[in-house]
Amino acid sequence: MTNVSIIGVGQTKVKEHWDTSLRHLAWYAIEAALDDAHTTDIDAVFVGNMLGGELSKQNHLGALVADFAGLRGVEAIRIEAADASGGAAFRQAVLAVESGLVQTALVVGVEKMTEEMGAPATAALSTALDADYETIHGLTLAGMGALLMRRYMHEYGVDVSDFAGFSVNAHANGALNPLAMYRNRLKPERFAAAPQVAEPVSLFDMAPGGDGAAAVIVTRHERALDMVPQPVRVAGSALATDTLALHDRKDVLWLAAAERSAKQAMIQAGISPEDVDLFELHDSFTVMAALSLEACGFAARGEGWRLARDGEIGRNGRIPVSTFGGLKARGNPAGATGVYQIVEVALQLRGQAGDCQVPDARIGMAQNLGGSGATAVTHILRVD
Amino acid sequence: MEVSRHWRLQTQRYSLVGETCDTCGVKLFPPRDVCLECEAPAKELYTFTGVGEIFSYTTIYEAPAGFEHTTPYMIALIKLEEGPLVTAQLTDVDQEEVYVGMPVEMVTRKLRTEGEEGVIIYGYKFRPAVETAVQ
Ligand SMILES: [Zn+2]
Repeated sequence: MTNVSIIGVGQTKVKEHWDTSLRHLAWYAIEAALDDAHTTDIDAVFVGNMLGGELSKQNHLGALVADFAGLRGVEAIRIEAADASGGAAFRQAVLAVESGLVQTALVVGVEKMTEEMGAPATAALSTALDADYETIHGLTLAGMGALLMRRYMHEYGVDVSDFAGFSVNAHANGALNPLAMYRNRLKPERFAAAPQVAEPVSLFDMAPGGDGAAAVIVTRHERALDMVPQPVRVAGSALATDTLALHDRKDVLWLAAAERSAKQAMIQAGISPEDVDLFELHDSFTVMAALSLEACGFAARGEGWRLARDGEIGRNGRIPVSTFGGLKARGNPAGATGVYQIVEVALQLRGQAGDCQVPDARIGMAQNLGGSGATAVTHILRVD
Repeated sequence: MEVSRHWRLQTQRYSLVGETCDTCGVKLFPPRDVCLECEAPAKELYTFTGVGEIFSYTTIYEAPAGFEHTTPYMIALIKLEEGPLVTAQLTDVDQEEVYVGMPVEMVTRKLRTEGEEGVIIYGYKFRPAVETAVQ
């Protein structure tokens, strides 16, 4: 158990925010989080972002965002770990507060994906992979997902349609989340006919990129109790790494960093997988959802897909996942995604998830993966 | 400099030169100087035969900048006969013929053209092993 609690959360809708700049998006989420926490007393800012330099020609986001949020002078830096940037930024805020050197920290994940579309955007996202030995051959994130999915299908004898349950569940939940990018329901029978992005990964396997920002404010637990009616405790926090490239892994179908960070976070929290009431996992591709469930101990090796097929991942199932739509339906604003996950788990535990509410949620887990799972950040939140 | 970034990798890209670990004998590609198995120094050069089989594969329809004019193209994880996996494009093969376990061999081809000067980058791709293709 850490001594850190969440006192405020904020988020924007995930969509193509043509009329909103990167700095404005960040500010909207920060403004909502400051309002939620009833404070403007921030000692450090951590900005999770993946593509500012690539797509907006804007690095140096720590100072930019702090200044624009009326926090000029405050310590602020950007944290980058591909699409695990948001989770990694939250981890830095937890470390800062836990250390005692920072009293109250603000985390904002922000991404402007739609500054470029098509091939340049695909190339920017591909920087999560190994430039010298993967992307030089034309590999993309979707291609990476496809290599995993094809091998998974081969080794475990499953079909493309066996992955449909993940996207169907995500869209069913996203339909209830007013901030989700896609609010349409998916028909399972249409799954196999979806346009291919990188065969066998189709548009229905792959989470869509979107613009968005989410923010979280953390402080020491005893202080949080005086500030807000429902602080959400950070019970576990861990970040682990693996090889960037799939080809460097001894066991391609095992997300070693996901396993390691989940185990560490669960040990800190003093819980095991059956204690988790909901799990915001990194469903960048349906196969990643299956592999995450296996690595984190919710399913045996090769059987993660069965949880989706058997309806165990719904809001009333054994392990609800993607409860606000996940990356697939809420949208995947790369470096902001990990902070959305924390916001969503906090809302669930506060009983403020609206139509997306998981009944009696007390312990929630969020896991944010970078690229192929080379970075894995796991957080366990709880309320008493 | 983009050019030097590619120039320094040309032995790996043209000849599939990796490394071998003195301690445990594991062969490494790409070269990384520290053994993936035992973490001992592994700096002795080793030239791979370029023979292997397909471990997994995909056809890319949405390409990154630099590849958008060559879609669709196939990329595979190749299991080299010495052990390591390597990521590379498949060439000289129809999409319908490819399967997990297919024997393949390395060839040198143009990977892409880069920058305004149109620098051509060459490197390894894999095609069906010749004896298989003849059958
Ligand atoms: Zn060794």
